[in-house]
Amino acid sequence: MNVKAELLRLLPRNGWIGLGAATFLALLIPILNSVTAVDSALHVPDYLVALFGKFSCFAIVAVAVDLLWGYTGVLSLGHGVFFAIGGYCMGMYLMLSIGEAGVYRSKLPDFMVFLDWKELPWFWKPFDNFGFAMLAVLVVPGLLAYVFGFLAFRSRIRGVYFSIITQAFTYALMLLFFRNETGLGGNNGLTNFKSLYGYSLADSGTKLGLYTVSALGLLVVFLLCRFIVVSKAGRVLCAIRDEESRSRFAGYNPTSYKLFVYTLSAVICGFAGALYVPQVGIINPSEFQPASSIEMAIWVAVGGRASLLGGVLGAFIVNGAKSWFTVALPEAWLYVLGVLFIAVTLFFPGGVSSLLLRKKAAT
Amino acid sequence: MNKRSLLSLFVGCVLALVSATAWAQDLHQTAKELASSDKDKVRVAVEAIAKSSEPAALALLEALAEDSLRIDAAGVPFVAGESRSLSPVFGGSAKPSGALSAPTLDNSLRRQLEPALASLKLGFPDPKVRLAAAKDLAKSRNDDLAPLIRAAAAKEKVAEIKTNMLLALAQIDLHGDDKGLKLAALAAITAAADASFKPDLERMVAKGGPETDAAVKKAAVTALSVIDSRLALISVIGNLFYGLSLGSVLLLCALGLAITFGLLRVINMAHGELLMIGAYSTYAVQKFFTAYFPAHQDLYLLAAVPVAFIITAAIGMLLERSVIRFLYGRPLETLLATWGISLILIQTVRLIFGAQNVAVANPSYLAGGIEVLPGFVLTYSRLAVILFSSAVTTFVWFVLQRTPLGLHVRAVTQNRQMAAGMGIATRRVDVWTFGIGSGVAGLGGVALSQLGNVGPELGQQYIVDSFMVVVLGGVGKLAGTLAGAFGLGILNKLLEPAAGAVLGKIVILALIILFIQRRPQGIFALKGRAAEAM
Repeated sequence: MNVKAELLRLLPRNGWIGLGAATFLALLIPILNSVTAVDSALHVPDYLVALFGKFSCFAIVAVAVDLLWGYTGVLSLGHGVFFAIGGYCMGMYLMLSIGEAGVYRSKLPDFMVFLDWKELPWFWKPFDNFGFAMLAVLVVPGLLAYVFGFLAFRSRIRGVYFSIITQAFTYALMLLFFRNETGLGGNNGLTNFKSLYGYSLADSGTKLGLYTVSALGLLVVFLLCRFIVVSKAGRVLCAIRDEESRSRFAGYNPTSYKLFVYTLSAVICGFAGALYVPQVGIINPSEFQPASSIEMAIWVAVGGRASLLGGVLGAFIVNGAKSWFTVALPEAWLYVLGVLFIAVTLFFPGGVSSLLLRKKAAT
Repeated sequence: MNKRSLLSLFVGCVLALVSATAWAQDLHQTAKELASSDKDKVRVAVEAIAKSSEPAALALLEALAEDSLRIDAAGVPFVAGESRSLSPVFGGSAKPSGALSAPTLDNSLRRQLEPALASLKLGFPDPKVRLAAAKDLAKSRNDDLAPLIRAAAAKEKVAEIKTNMLLALAQIDLHGDDKGLKLAALAAITAAADASFKPDLERMVAKGGPETDAAVKKAAVTALSVIDSRLALISVIGNLFYGLSLGSVLLLCALGLAITFGLLRVINMAHGELLMIGAYSTYAVQKFFTAYFPAHQDLYLLAAVPVAFIITAAIGMLLERSVIRFLYGRPLETLLATWGISLILIQTVRLIFGAQNVAVANPSYLAGGIEVLPGFVLTYSRLAVILFSSAVTTFVWFVLQRTPLGLHVRAVTQNRQMAAGMGIATRRVDVWTFGIGSGVAGLGGVALSQLGNVGPELGQQYIVDSFMVVVLGGVGKLAGTLAGAFGLGILNKLLEPAAGAVLGKIVILALIILFIQRRPQGIFALKGRAAEAM
């Protein structure tokens, strides 16, 4: 196979140039943060680096949701589950790597000492190992999505029914994770992390590193999804989105295609969650709230469905607005978000990317 | 009946009347003695009063025991109430004359008063007083009263009072030494299956306990098993009842959703917020009543029902006209847009009423409940919710099945184009349907305001459950929603004791997903083309 030709097929020429420019800008940020003087006009402050790191994680989620919703027509309102579970897997590793540096000077995580537990639950034990934890970040959400998706798609739960079921799914898991007995920190979640693979999380170097990994992760995920979209399988996905019954009659099995995309997007979300947790320093059950999963859908809707670039843009725009409003006008944020939901669906179904790419929006 | 017996009856009546009057006269005289500083006189007076069967005698002794008896200079007794109010023991509107004196209540008098009161109450003509006394005695054990209670129980005719007296006795005898009495006590406990004896019995049955007699132990084991099966029965009945009331709540929440979803194929994520607005309307009506009709405060709930319906129906119709009608045929977009609406509604309510929960009071007629079995109370508020939801369901059924609007609604649900072709203004039907669905959600909000906290996030708690009801029940049929709501409600409450509230919810979700494997369209599936349109 000619790798170069395959790669060139992923994006048009302009696309590659744009992607190169975006990558250059993204990588410029850590340089501007560390090299330039603090009072220089070109200096990027630490908080902005952290913010962009977070946004990159959200953008990864948006790409995954877009692959599922924009290209396959399956709107999951429970993708927060996979994001949060990836985060919890990472959080468990970070928790155990605290060792005896916690408040209670115990080998057990603080919350277990607080609950008067004597021993680490069995499912915590392997998370001591960094390799295992990183594998779990991808495998646990993937497996969960596979089982759930298998049951849901097999019985041909479609459209809004699927959205509702996934919403109930994330709601049920939220209740589960709120329990202390689940062994994952109850409503406080996992927090007070100290270090990741030996690097202190308080160091600005570690922060820059995490940001860079997030930005590069976004790049890789984007190209991976792009690869799927332009492949023959991607064509079938669009066919399923537009006419599920007809593509079934044409000999394709929508169930397995949907299951593949659903599982893949769950794995990607788990990856994003794992990158997110060390950057914000906490993971708690509020990530499972149905509201946060629905917000993921609005990132994609604002950016433009069926355009992976749209997902990335939407995640940055909506979260940027959120960061600004919740500080400047906290009362107004819910209004803005609400109006955004309504306006985008009513007047702007193609999202931002349809302006940029002058492409007709998929309906 | 011959003349003589009539005559004797008459004489008997007269005698009884005369003697009662005489007693009352005596009581007046004796009551005066209570104020005496001579302790012996007081003792004799208490003894005499305890033999009486007048309501006033009871009032006198109770007041004396609570140290609230006051006697004026003329010897007329009064009961001192709260904030220095005085009410005459013998009724009428007598005012105290001269200085009031309070009888000295010392320990010896207290010791005398307790059995005196008990015997007075246990032998009282009014069965209510006897029952209350027997229940009181069963609650607190006093060994000295045993002979008194035994005598009263032997005389008692009313079964319920007798049972309670025997239980009061059992409380005492169980701790005594007499084997025969113990067995009798255990027999009484077995007959009544009273759960309050459970710890005592368990102690008796336990190995190495104070009890050595095999026959008594055996009887205790029997009593325990009877009590345990009674408790199990109560918990099953209780769970069914709670399940029924939870089902009613779910029904109220989901009914409106089923209407809008069934007709318009619109998932209204703002439905939960319509519930919330219904609850806040109740709060506002309550405020209004407090301000303008404080005398009829309790009636606010009745007034809130139409107000909540009209407000939420108007909001629903406005939403349909302004947003939702542009999104027909695009269900996923509708879902997102209505979610946006819900955010706006939440924030608006937060700005108007504040982010904190508001207090909605239960009216007095919904406080309390009926004790069906010992230890199991049907609370009026839950009963009212069940009744209310059946009333609302009947209303919805009536509107859908018996009115011209309902006929149009059903026609449009079945086949929109055909209905339009027959001259039905489908757009107008849409608006009205949305209005009714939203109004019913408002009614659900009125019910919710009586059951829990009213806050801006109220709707979010119920929206997932409401959707589950609709998914489980299938759309387009009222019966499906009914079955879904009660199925979920009862299943939830039956699972709760075994699995805990949270795990129970998760189990239910898993069951729903598995159930949908078998019947993807819900319990009551639409057949034919209507199903394919989903």
